[in-house]
Amino acid sequence: MKSITVISGKGGTGKTTLTAGFAAVAALPSSPFQKLLERRENIVLADCDVDAADLHLLLQPEIKSEHYFEGGKLAYIDPEKCIACGKCVEMCRFDAISDDFVVSPIDCEGCNVCAYVCPVDAITLNIRESGKWFISDTRFGPMVHARLAAGQGNSGRLVSLVRERVEKIALEQNLEYVLIDGPPGIGCPVIAAISGTDLVLIVTEPTLSAMHDMERILGLAEHFQVPAIVCINKYDINLNNTREIERFLWENKITLADKIPFDLAMVRALTEAKTIVEYAPRKRIALIVENIWRKIIDELR
Amino acid sequence: MKSDTEKITNSAIKTKERESIIAIASGKGGTGKTLVATSLALASDEDIQFLDCDVEEPNAYVFLKPQLQETIPVILPFPKIDAEKCTGCGDCVEFCEYNALAVVKGKAIVFSELCHSCGGCMLVCPENAISETARQIGVVEIGEAYGMPVIDGVLDVGEAVAPPIIHAVKAQAKLNLITIIDSPPGTACPMIEAVKGSDYCVLVTEPTPFGYHDLTLAVEVVRELDVPCGVIINRANIGDDKVQQYCESENIEILMRIPMDRKIAEAYSEGIPLIEALPEYKEKFNELFREIPPLYQRGA
Repeated sequence: MKSITVISGKGGTGKTTLTAGFAAVAALPSSPFQKLLERRENIVLADCDVDAADLHLLLQPEIKSEHYFEGGKLAYIDPEKCIACGKCVEMCRFDAISDDFVVSPIDCEGCNVCAYVCPVDAITLNIRESGKWFISDTRFGPMVHARLAAGQGNSGRLVSLVRERVEKIALEQNLEYVLIDGPPGIGCPVIAAISGTDLVLIVTEPTLSAMHDMERILGLAEHFQVPAIVCINKYDINLNNTREIERFLWENKITLADKIPFDLAMVRALTEAKTIVEYAPRKRIALIVENIWRKIIDELR
Repeated sequence: MKSDTEKITNSAIKTKERESIIAIASGKGGTGKTLVATSLALASDEDIQFLDCDVEEPNAYVFLKPQLQETIPVILPFPKIDAEKCTGCGDCVEFCEYNALAVVKGKAIVFSELCHSCGGCMLVCPENAISETARQIGVVEIGEAYGMPVIDGVLDVGEAVAPPIIHAVKAQAKLNLITIIDSPPGTACPMIEAVKGSDYCVLVTEPTPFGYHDLTLAVEVVRELDVPCGVIINRANIGDDKVQQYCESENIEILMRIPMDRKIAEAYSEGIPLIEALPEYKEKFNELFREIPPLYQRGA
């Protein structure tokens, strides 16, 4: 079993669209290239962008089982027992308790310190139901996905849970590749989505913002010792910047998987809830997506 | 719920003591938050300060190019174990909600990246073997661009916890200036930390299934935070009309539509502010600025 995570640093560069495209390429024997090679891969998918999960919109999973995610805890102060001594307010480092001893669910991190210091045991910590996670079937293979409840923290923990489940499925069903759609940024959910994987694919764009973000996410991959390859989406929006990225990758000995042109067919496919590979299998852009998937497989061997 | 009413009263009192705070957020990444936030800030005639709270991937500086004046380290306390005193009893490990401690070979060790700096382990240690030491997780940068203060935060690569940096950025804001906050994507703790306490939230989306889906999540969160919101539809001429239908059914004002325009994409890719590349947007954003409810009421 090998796992690969698609990340970007900057949001909206095309992670989910590409992940779904790779899944289609891996699973469908329909594309001309694959017919030629008679190759297909057994995959299992994970959507690890748990607070803005979108992969299910393209893959329309059939949910097989649904589970609650207990993210963290939330303090509750019993007004009957509280003697208003102020110890909890003083010790709470998250400013989560008001001067009249009410806990703000937005600020409380469930650390338990208030309950520990309360002299009259007026504070209890209750488990909060912070979301749901699902095991599903899609037309390209099994998928594990999740939904963080509105306003909840602990997205990193939910990502770890999704990773655990998806790897279990891969082992049980003897599937070759775990394909993970990662979250934007470089913080805890990203770290949880990439640590211990075999490869990350970084999707960048020829914009100064995305280029800056790519350098930071490459730093993160290096920090966690995960090999990284890069693809440039919408490369023809700014050819000078694209050349700049290519030069940077070459100097740093990082593989450029391929360059994808800007094409509104991507949006049209998305609107029809199809991957680009299904929507326009003969278009150049679909073949490029296929090529990037091949590069990923090569890199993993 | 009683707790909610309390919160509203508290924040209502606080708003009287300061200028308005407008957050720009999105749910989905890459919809144009920074484009909108920088355009709003640059198009306004008011005294503004700009806060880049996307501390994992701060990008506003690419467009604003602020002159850096001060760099403030963001330092958090985290536990330090005195190996002489530690008996390996595991009380701290049991107490820690974040799995940031473990007992290895009879001694407690700390995984600092997982630590939330709650101070609990120090409290529960029966041997007084835990003290706290400072650790830097990033910086706040204070600068100036176009005559306005620009404050951004940068999380160090490899650090997991962004909210303390966002908190530190907001702590540097002046009370007498209108604040524009460029928020991180998503709907989890970093976005919440950036948006909470704002008077209004502009949600930037695009008319695609992804944009629509993530907008509904973002609306849920800002409602939870008690922050009123309006929507800007970017690349408005692509995709479908689900976003519009949703806004109508939920009674959310559509503040502006920005068409898909190669010129906008090109200027963005070069780090050129929209209102400089396409000056017709200056008037549009200036107008929008005056129409944002807290600012509108203020003028009236």
